[in-house]
Amino acid sequence: MRLNELGTIVVILAVAAAAYLLQESPLPPPPLQPKTTVILVPDAGGRVGAVSVKSAQGETVIDRAYASATATGANAPVVGSSNPAEVQRIFGSTIKALPPKPVSYTLYFLEGRDEYTPESRQIIESIFLELSRRSAADIAVIGHTDRVGALEYNDRLSLQRTERVRADLIRRGVPERSITVAGRGEREPLVATADEVPEPRNRRVEINIR
Amino acid sequence: MIFRVLKSVFVVVASLFAFSSMAADDAGQIKVANGSVTIERGGQSLAATPGTRVLQSDILRTGANGSVGITMTDNTLLSAGPNSVLVLERYAFNSTTHQGQFDAGLRRGTLSMVSGKLAKQSPEAVRVITPATVLGARGTEFHVKVTE
Repeated sequence: MRLNELGTIVVILAVAAAAYLLQESPLPPPPLQPKTTVILVPDAGGRVGAVSVKSAQGETVIDRAYASATATGANAPVVGSSNPAEVQRIFGSTIKALPPKPVSYTLYFLEGRDEYTPESRQIIESIFLELSRRSAADIAVIGHTDRVGALEYNDRLSLQRTERVRADLIRRGVPERSITVAGRGEREPLVATADEVPEPRNRRVEINIR
Repeated sequence: MIFRVLKSVFVVVASLFAFSSMAADDAGQIKVANGSVTIERGGQSLAATPGTRVLQSDILRTGANGSVGITMTDNTLLSAGPNSVLVLERYAFNSTTHQGQFDAGLRRGTLSMVSGKLAKQSPEAVRVITPATVLGARGTEFHVKVTE
């Protein structure tokens, strides 16, 4: 009699435990289906490139302005089309966070000196204006010479020219650590010439702002 | 034909080895940071502000009001919108040859990309990897959204 009661209690407890366990571990939810949508847009210059989209079950390439491709889970991507308003609605705040495009300037110098040509003096002002529009700009200053003089002389002269630009940038408040300089001497002429030929277009400093 | 395929596979593998030595270099720099943005690097969480350098393997997370814009050393521009997880899975760029590889992982959220020198050099050099797709970024500007 007692043993029977004990047995009943054990059975009830087992059923309760099973019910409890079942409740705690319901069937797993259906697997999440990650969805990827790509929209190709014209760049600032109006050019349209291409993007290939590959999932486990297929691959496609979109190459027209506002073409889109959507892939859900492993399914093959489905091509569609979007428009500027939709792009703005979905990606407005993302696009707003895109950094400005890197820009490059070339300053020209007087022969054998680290003095700007009068035209280049004007360009410097537009460089400062551009820098004032950017936060955390990185500036690479690369100096060059023409082929008049010895290789070593021109290496030094190209560095003097970069130093001139660097000093002017720092004087106008550009943080020193954001500037890197390199002197390339006569090794990378813009216009190929024979040795000892004066060429104003090669007496230059490139400034790459990123 | 098979030799040509093997050769190109070899070139890709060889260049990956060649570039792996550059892994510790700067990959890019944060230029824009709005709202909540953090960088996860080696298990630590760092503040992301304009000027902060980013490295390969960094994980960038944005909050509900957050967005972040990055300029890579090859001039690729990319930005992530609110509630995004962006992983700089692989980055290598040789500034002389313009060769290398950039794999950006978008786990969730939104990404805008304007391609730089890497994509110009090789059509397979820049990829966006999402939970179930691989995008080949052949240029020049596009947007990606990942939802679950």
